[in-house]
Amino acid sequence: MSNRVLLATFAHEDDLLAATTAVRKHGLNIVDAFTPYAVHGLDKAMGLKPSRLTWVCFICGMTGALGMLWFEHWTASVWWPIDVGGKPWNSLPSDVPVAFEAAVLLAGFGSVFALFAVSRLFPGKKSHPIRPRITDDRFVLVIDESNAAFDVLAVRQMLMEFNVVETEEQIREGGPNR
Amino acid sequence: MSETSHLRPPLITGDKTLGDVTHDICAPMDRTPTGLWYGAFCLSLTALVIGVAAVTYQIATGIGTWGLNKTVGWAFDITNFVFWVGIGHAGTLISAVLFLFRQKWRTAVNRSAEAMTLFAVMCAGIFPLIHMGRPWLAYWMMPYPNTRGSLWVNFKSPLLWDVFAISTYLLISAVFWYVGLIPDMATIRDRSKPGLRQRITSILSLGWDGSARTWHRYETVYLLLAGLATPLVFSVHTIVSMDFATAVIPGWHTTIFPPYFVAGAIFSGLAMVTTLMIIARKTMRLENYITLKHIERMCLLMLSMGCIVGLAYGTEFFMAFYSGNGYEQFVFINRAFGPMSWAYWTMVTCNVVVPQLLWIPRLRKSLPIVFGIVILVNVGMWFERFVIIVTSLHRDFLPSSWAHYAPTTIEVATFVGSFGLFFTCFLLFCRIAPAIAIAEIKGAAHLPKHDVPKHVKPVNSQLAPQRDALVEVTS
Repeated sequence: MSNRVLLATFAHEDDLLAATTAVRKHGLNIVDAFTPYAVHGLDKAMGLKPSRLTWVCFICGMTGALGMLWFEHWTASVWWPIDVGGKPWNSLPSDVPVAFEAAVLLAGFGSVFALFAVSRLFPGKKSHPIRPRITDDRFVLVIDESNAAFDVLAVRQMLMEFNVVETEEQIREGGPNR
Repeated sequence: MSETSHLRPPLITGDKTLGDVTHDICAPMDRTPTGLWYGAFCLSLTALVIGVAAVTYQIATGIGTWGLNKTVGWAFDITNFVFWVGIGHAGTLISAVLFLFRQKWRTAVNRSAEAMTLFAVMCAGIFPLIHMGRPWLAYWMMPYPNTRGSLWVNFKSPLLWDVFAISTYLLISAVFWYVGLIPDMATIRDRSKPGLRQRITSILSLGWDGSARTWHRYETVYLLLAGLATPLVFSVHTIVSMDFATAVIPGWHTTIFPPYFVAGAIFSGLAMVTTLMIIARKTMRLENYITLKHIERMCLLMLSMGCIVGLAYGTEFFMAFYSGNGYEQFVFINRAFGPMSWAYWTMVTCNVVVPQLLWIPRLRKSLPIVFGIVILVNVGMWFERFVIIVTSLHRDFLPSSWAHYAPTTIEVATFVGSFGLFFTCFLLFCRIAPAIAIAEIKGAAHLPKHDVPKHVKPVNSQLAPQRDALVEVTS
């Protein structure tokens, strides 16, 4: 199985967006795109599904809130009940602020660490920019060539309409989906 | 898809390309700092050293070195705490709340505002810590299994809520700031020569490669963090206000405190952000990125917040009158006409009267005038906290225990030191990190096409030769 890909470099986000839409319309498989900033609408153009990280955030937040509520209840009314200003031991309203803070803390850290895990970002990871200037002012679209019907010349011709700056064929290690 | 309104002025002036944006924002990191920077840095460092000396002395001797007495048990220290927490809030407002409202202009200032939040909350945290008198036992505030029973912390106390609120706020602000920095760290990594800077940025950028799949998840998480930080910022200052509002002291025991404190915090923070923006655009030559339009918008936000704060001052007085409570009424009359009335009227002048000048467009566009106004607002907001804390305490229920309060040199030196810490951190930040979020401003600005003008036929295009010689590398 071939893992050849075609890299098309653009200089403007509008060109990348239009090219991505056109490439998908022609039934070609897009491996990925590389951009210096989050291009709005690219996820839709590439057909990416909404991220499930929101669920991680929700679950972490609920764990924080419920866990802290339970802990406050346990310390203040089970383990060592102490009368504070005559308030009931299990006074729920006064437990809310700390439970809220715990929810925010866990939800925030949970979703960030989930992002790092899913996107395989970690300190010490070697970065191999797919093309130079990718974090500066170039936009690269990576198109899968493994389909036998892939016609490089025709695709290049099509990309010309979108002001492609350069195209390049590469063989990627570890398959087209890296 | 991208839509650019032609009715709005461009976000970035000076006809820049994407490459120019990267270059301009990274340039201050490559340049040798100006004399102005060195001067400011030496001044801040001196202030920091004074503060460190004062804090060391008062920890070694005890907080009897402060001007507190039995009646006025909270004064300078807690004023500074609330002041610094408030400063921090505008950073979150700009980075999170304006993000949720899709205010694109925020991209010019959000990075430095977030840094400001981080440093301000650090400064704020110092004050309750030293107020404990025995800061080495600060870990007692955390609920952990201990040999005293276990005796747990008192979750019914607003002071403990504050511990959780401030530490969560510091951690979430730090994470928000760092997550925003990751793509920019990758940009610096890719444009710097092999060496120390490249090694550090390659560790900090976590191997960021600009993949659209990662960007897609990153945007989701950024939105989530903004969504979490927004209620967080309101909760933090609400809880700070509850330190006072849940006490039975007249002048503190009011339900208006949470919204009043949040509005005041945002107001003071906006003033501080604008102060820093005006300094940064001048000293770091970022006039094309932090434009007069940005300053003007900050002024409008400040004006609206100033009016809310003014309304709160009025409401407080009305409620004291309307409550029919003699003690409450006394505290407010004492505030405005008692021995500390000078502090009260300084506060009203700086926070309510002076910002009204911002109604006049001509004044909003003049940098020296705006700078003067924001400095006065900073001063006024410090006095607001001082007035709330000290004037409510110094004449309590029993006239025989009435007292006066004046800060000692040690207290003033500690306050000066907190400014030293803040500005030292901020000046270092301006040198070692991009002061404007590169990836965000590029995304928001939607710069016009430079390389390939649409109206020019491909033959005449600058790119035509490149296109003819399409690179083909088949390995």
